[in-house]
Amino acid sequence: MKIMVAVKRVVDYAVKIRVKPDKSGVETSNVKMSMNPFCEIALEEALRIKEAGLASEVIAVSMGPAQCVDTLRTGLAMGADRAIHVDSPATLYPLSVAKLLKALVDVEKPGLLILGKQAIDDDCNQTGQMVAGLLKWPQGTFASKVVLDKEKQVATVEREVDGGLETLCLDLPAVITTDLRLNQPRYATLPNIMKAKSKVIKKVTSKELNVEIKSDLEVVEVHEPPKRKAGVMVSSVDELIDKLKNEAHVI
Amino acid sequence: MIGFLSILCKSNSLRSHSSKISHLIQNSSSKSIFRSTHLSNPINNSIPSSIQFNFGSPISSASFFLPGFSVKGLAFTNWAEKGDGLSLFSNSSLRCPFKEGAGFLRLRSSAGGSRTFSSESERESINYDVVIVGAGPAGLSAAIRLKQLCREKDVDLSICVVEKGAEVGAHIISGNVFEPRALDELFPLWRQEESPVCVPVSSDKFWLLTKEHAFSLPSPFDNKGNYVISLSQLVRWMGTKAEELGVEIYPGFAASEILYDANHKVVGIGTNDMGISKDGSKRENFQRGVELKGRITLLAEGCRGSLSEKIIRDYNLREKGNAQHQTYALGIKEVWEIDEGKHKPGFVLHTVGWPIDSKTYGGSFLYHMKDRQISIGLVLALNYRNPFLNPYEEFQKLKHHPAIKPILEGGTVLQYGARTLNEGGFQSIPYPVFPGGAIVGCSVGFLNVPKIKGTHTAMKSGMLAAEAVFHTLQEGSSMEAYWDNLKKSWVWEELYRARNYRPAFEYGMIPGLALSALEHYILKGRSPLTLKHGKPDHEATDVASVHSPIHYSKPDGLVSFDVPTSLYRSNTNHEHDQPAHLHLRDPTIPERVNLPKYAGPESRYCPARVYEYVINEQGQQKLQINAQNCLHCKACDIKDPKQNIEWTVPEGGGGPGYSIM
Repeated sequence: MKIMVAVKRVVDYAVKIRVKPDKSGVETSNVKMSMNPFCEIALEEALRIKEAGLASEVIAVSMGPAQCVDTLRTGLAMGADRAIHVDSPATLYPLSVAKLLKALVDVEKPGLLILGKQAIDDDCNQTGQMVAGLLKWPQGTFASKVVLDKEKQVATVEREVDGGLETLCLDLPAVITTDLRLNQPRYATLPNIMKAKSKVIKKVTSKELNVEIKSDLEVVEVHEPPKRKAGVMVSSVDELIDKLKNEAHVI
Repeated sequence: MIGFLSILCKSNSLRSHSSKISHLIQNSSSKSIFRSTHLSNPINNSIPSSIQFNFGSPISSASFFLPGFSVKGLAFTNWAEKGDGLSLFSNSSLRCPFKEGAGFLRLRSSAGGSRTFSSESERESINYDVVIVGAGPAGLSAAIRLKQLCREKDVDLSICVVEKGAEVGAHIISGNVFEPRALDELFPLWRQEESPVCVPVSSDKFWLLTKEHAFSLPSPFDNKGNYVISLSQLVRWMGTKAEELGVEIYPGFAASEILYDANHKVVGIGTNDMGISKDGSKRENFQRGVELKGRITLLAEGCRGSLSEKIIRDYNLREKGNAQHQTYALGIKEVWEIDEGKHKPGFVLHTVGWPIDSKTYGGSFLYHMKDRQISIGLVLALNYRNPFLNPYEEFQKLKHHPAIKPILEGGTVLQYGARTLNEGGFQSIPYPVFPGGAIVGCSVGFLNVPKIKGTHTAMKSGMLAAEAVFHTLQEGSSMEAYWDNLKKSWVWEELYRARNYRPAFEYGMIPGLALSALEHYILKGRSPLTLKHGKPDHEATDVASVHSPIHYSKPDGLVSFDVPTSLYRSNTNHEHDQPAHLHLRDPTIPERVNLPKYAGPESRYCPARVYEYVINEQGQQKLQINAQNCLHCKACDIKDPKQNIEWTVPEGGGGPGYSIM
C-alpha cells in the first residue's frame, strides 16, 4: 500500500511575522520558511506506518512555487521515498489544493492520504475534508492516534474533538488529518539529508493533471489585530454591572 | 585508582560512546565537573552516595576521586539506569565517565579538556577533504576560495560546511559598513550581478553626544567606496554562491566536539545528539550526532567560538603566537523601518559620549540601508567596571536622545539581536594553526577596531587559509603557510597600523581620543611602541560595593522596549525540552560570589535575559537560567567574573533567526 502525504511550505512558526505595508498580506520575503508543523506530524506518521511494515512507499507531495522543493527535500531527508512537486506560482486556496490532490491520488492510487489538520499560515482546516469529499473517501480528522489493520483494511482513528476523544473506524482508502498529539516528528539526520539530495522529485503542472485552478477566494485586506486596550479597575460590583450593561452591552 | 583503571582498560577493547560522555574533563582548577550535553544541569543533581561498578567488586564511596579531579554533580543515576551504549568496556559494565581512546585512558589535567577518540564509535562517520565549522563570512570565503582553486587546477576536493543556525545567515549580525576589498578578490566581477552589496555610503557623520546635545566632530573614518549592508543578507548570498560551486552546506547542525586521533591531531568534528530531554533521557525522536571527518578542519565560529576557544587553550595557541588575551565588546542592534521622508540610503553615523560614561569604551552606530530600513546599535567594551551597567538598557537610553529619537519615531522595529565582537586586534592574535587544521575569522580575531570593520579581514583570512589548505592537501606542504601568508598580507599590515587605538583608552577617554588623533593624523601607524591591553574583561569588573545601582527608565513601547518584546523580534527559539547549554563550572558560585560580591552582573549584561535571580521557596535568591532565550552572543562566557559560565552549543537549528541584521 502506498501512503501519500501532502506537505506545505509556510512561514516558520518561530518567526515574528508582520503585515506588509500595503496590507495585501503577510511579509514573506527574507523570512524563514519551513514545513508546516502539522505536515511534519503527518509525514512522521506515514513513516512509522511504513516502518511497521504496513505500507510499501511514502510519497510526499507539495504544491506551490519552485521553493517548495526545499520542503520536499526535508521530507525526503526524513524518510519519504519519492516526492512530487506541483508547480503552481499562484496562491492556492484549499479547494484548488484539494482538486490537485484528487488528481494526484487518481494517478498514484495510494491506500492512505495523510495531511496536517491545518496550515499555520492560513489556519483554514479545510483541505483534508474537501479532498475526502471529492474522492468520496472516509475521513478521520484531528487524529491523535492511528492504528492500521492491514487484513481488515481499516484504520482506527482516535480524534480530538471538542467534547473529548472520538474513535472512528475507517475503511481504506481513507483521508486522515493529523493533530498535535499524534507523534513527535523525527529530526532529519545529516546522512539522510545528504542521501535525499539524490532522490527524485517529480515536477508536474496543474495542466498536466487536468485541473483548472480558479480562485474562488480573494484576499481584500490584511491588518494586524487591534492593540490590546488597558484594563479598567472598577471600584464596586454595581459599577461592574453598570459597565457590563451600558458600555459592553453584554448583559 | 588510575593504575587499576588503566589495567582494566588495556584488557578490554574500548568503545567510545562519545556523545554520552561528551565534553570531557574540563577544569581550570582541581574542581572539575563532567559536562555532558546530555545530562541536563548536572549541577542540580546530587551525587549518589555509592557508585556501583558491576564487575563484581562494587566500589562504594561518597564520591569518586581521582588525583586532581573530583567529579561533582553528575547524574550518575541516569547513567546507571541506561543499559545501552554507556559501557566503556565491552565485557564489563564499568560505568566510567572518562574518555578513552586507542587502548588507554587519557586523563588531561590541563585546562581545556580534550577528548581522545577511538575509531570504533557507534556514530555514523562521513569523510570529507575539508570540514568547515560555521557558514559565516570567513567560513564561506574559505569554502568558495577552495572550490575556485580546485577549478583552476582541475582537481576536486569535497568540502562540508556545518552551521548551527537554522539557515545560512540566521546567526549573522553586524553593523555593517562593508569594505569590499576581500569581496573584490574573491569575486572580481561581483559588481556586475545583483547582490546585497548595493547601497554605497553617501555620508559619514561623527557626533559627540551629551544628554541634550549632539556635537558634530570630524569623522575619523574614511568610508569612501564602502557600502552599507546587512551582513546576514550578504552571507546568504555567499551561501548560494558556495553551493553553486559545489560546497555542501548543512545548516541546523551544531558542531559540538572536536575529534582527535591517537596522536592528538584533529581529524574532524562531531555534531550534537538531537532529541535529548531536559533530564538527560532520550526523547521519542532521539537522533545520534554524526562525525564529520576531514583531512583538514577549519573553525570559523565567529567571536569566542566554543570549539575554537577549546583548541586555543588545548594547543596553547596564545603563547605560541606571543599574543595577549582577547578583549571584547558587546554589540546590541535593531533594524528599523522608518518613515520615507527620514530615510537617506547610505547615511552613516557614529556617536561617542552619552549615554556611556567616560570610563567605559563604546559608541553607537546608525546606518541607513535600503527599503527604508536602518540599523541602529550600541557597542560597549566588556571591560566595563560597573557591575550595575546594563548594556541593553543603555541602548534603550540612547534611542531617546533628542538627536536620535526623531529618526526613529513613527517607525517599527523589524529585528533585534546582539553579539560580542573582538577588540583585541593585533596584540591578541593567537597562532591560528593546529595539528589537523586552522582557525579563521573572528574566532582568531581580525577586527580592525578603529575602523570598526572585521568582515573584510575575516573573509581574507578565510581565503588565505583556503590557499594553505589547498597546497597542503595537494602538495603535502604544511598549514604553517597560512600563518606566513597572513603576516605578509594586507590584513596584518592593516591590523598593525590600527593596534594602538583601543589600548590607548585604558588610560581614559581623553587620553584615548588624544592618542587616537596622534596615531591617525601624525604617526599614521608608524608608532614605535605597541601598547598592551589592560586586564581581561572578566577581571575588570569592580565589586558592587564601590558602585551604586543605575536607575534606568521604563521603556515607552514606541522607541524603547522591554527585553521580552525585543527577544520576540530576534526570532530566537530553541527546542525547550533539551538540557541547558549554558554550564556552570561550579554550581555554587552564582549565589556565593556573583550575587553577594558583584550583584549578579549576568542578570544585566545578558541581552536576552537568560540569567535571572529568582526567590525560591526558602526565600533565597537562586540563579535561574532561561537557556531558551539565548541569542548565542557569548557575553556570559566572556564577562562572568569567575569564568564560571561556559557557553556550549545547543541543538542545531536553535538560536536567533536574523535575516536583515
